[in-house]
Amino acid sequence: MHAKTLSEKIVARASGQASVVPGQIVDCAVDLLYMHEMLAMCIQPFEEIGVGKVWDPAKIAVTLDHWVPAPNAEIARMHDAIRRFCAAQGIQRFNDIGDHGIIHQLIAERGYAHPGELVIGSDSHTNMVGAVGAFAAGIGATDTAAVMATGKLWLKVPETIRVDVSGIPDKRTVSKDIILRVIKTTGDDGAQYKAVEFTGKTVMDLPMHERLVLSNMTTEMGAKVGMIAADGTTKEYLAHTGRPFHPIAADEGATYAKTFSIDVQGMGPQVACPSNPANVKAVEEVSGTKVDVAFLGSCTNARIEDLRIAAELLDGEHVAAKVRFLITPASQRIYKEAVKEGLASKFLDAGATFIASTCGPCFGGHMGTLASKEVCISSTNRNYPGRMGSPEALVYLASPWTVTASALYGEITDPRTV
Amino acid sequence: MQEVFQGRVWIFGDDISTDHIIAGKYLGTTDARIFAEHAMENVRSDWAKQVKPGDLIVAGDNFGCGSSREQAPLALKTLGITAIVANSFARIFYRNAINLALPVVECRDLVRHVNEGETLSVDLTKGELRTAAGRTFATAPYPPHIVEILKAGGLVPKLRAELAAKT
Repeated sequence: MHAKTLSEKIVARASGQASVVPGQIVDCAVDLLYMHEMLAMCIQPFEEIGVGKVWDPAKIAVTLDHWVPAPNAEIARMHDAIRRFCAAQGIQRFNDIGDHGIIHQLIAERGYAHPGELVIGSDSHTNMVGAVGAFAAGIGATDTAAVMATGKLWLKVPETIRVDVSGIPDKRTVSKDIILRVIKTTGDDGAQYKAVEFTGKTVMDLPMHERLVLSNMTTEMGAKVGMIAADGTTKEYLAHTGRPFHPIAADEGATYAKTFSIDVQGMGPQVACPSNPANVKAVEEVSGTKVDVAFLGSCTNARIEDLRIAAELLDGEHVAAKVRFLITPASQRIYKEAVKEGLASKFLDAGATFIASTCGPCFGGHMGTLASKEVCISSTNRNYPGRMGSPEALVYLASPWTVTASALYGEITDPRTV
Repeated sequence: MQEVFQGRVWIFGDDISTDHIIAGKYLGTTDARIFAEHAMENVRSDWAKQVKPGDLIVAGDNFGCGSSREQAPLALKTLGITAIVANSFARIFYRNAINLALPVVECRDLVRHVNEGETLSVDLTKGELRTAAGRTFATAPYPPHIVEILKAGGLVPKLRAELAAKT
């Protein structure tokens, strides 16, 4: 039997085959399906399929994250339809507003996904969950309806690209900077239709909250999944679930379509400039660019560790005049923790706005959308035109360190100089 | 699914993301007409008004990159776009379009050989595209799996028919 990559192992197991080869189309049994408000778009196609009941309510998780709290009556109606659907279908893991989170964070922190599982989510950043060693891929509404009805999804077995990272970056340079450097190298379609597997000591030394960032932004490389082998760090992260832990790693001698070797030794902070996540420059090249808004939020970079970075820099300081600094945690559990640790009062004392967990500002949906010509530095994942509001707004993507330093000085600022 | 058709071409460039196709601010509804009305607004403000049913899109690399929002292909289908030809597609957009029975055709470099407003002829059975100037381009045939979905009129009708056949 030929040596398998991480994704080939999981797809083979989920399709009931001893072995699969890239390009092969297989029907896979889904271990976990998760959805946010896209479920509102899935209800009608699900009903049209005509099965009546979802295949297994225990394998489904749902939360609300894109428009929280509901900003208008039409969205409130969508939320209501989702609540009714979950109740009628017996979906126990419906995390309603108050106990919600940005879905990928919720899945990670609650330990709903485990290594070796085939996880499907109704959102492109489902890739993030690959950091725990799951095959986690995003799909659209019709596919989601089909999985709800059948528990199965057809997949083309992807070729795997290996991203091998070595070296120790400079101070205040984190996994967000590493992934931006990777995307600069691959381009925003460099991993199209492919699985990405991160390897190397630099990656395996990262704590889980930083690994999640790497997997999250493989979406911005066009990847189907972005996986990291499950090791002791993963085991510790999932220990609270009490479920048995099965580590997973690629086989020795597995075939990779391509290997990118990225040396980040001494590398400083990176910034993705308007208006493509692959338009990445070293922070020095763009420092001094005036900003109107700084945003720390989204599934990419709004975990408690990211909020602690912001609090450390803001402590006793004040956000620059004429700059709005908006902070939204990736989940309500993180929100609660930030209040408990006293981070929230540091944010408010510094003049930042600290709101409940929502995807809103990241995708220009609500709460903090940008006006024409406004410049924003953001810890999020995308900066295509119009992503955060007006198509004439300019969005720079950076780490929590760089975002917070820029909020303090009102211009893009190298956090190593603060 | 129509397999042989022709239509007026609209040209788009590389990396047309789902944020371009339908902006996040319009997603707060399940009404496809809203998505259609605002399609491509971030690229060309009045485009949706000019599109006529039967028109085609020809684009560059990585069409439909970005979010998983199926509202993007749904907006284009609702406007009456009958097919999208591009150098390459982002994976979720590709699946979403096929699931809605909106043919997406990979054809490298066609975008450099057609002009906006020209008529393009598409023959999906032969895998052939013919420009107004008479130049032909080949496209790889769909795998049987995808042909079945397109022929059924989308994934939902396909699954409904399979379920009906079982019971």
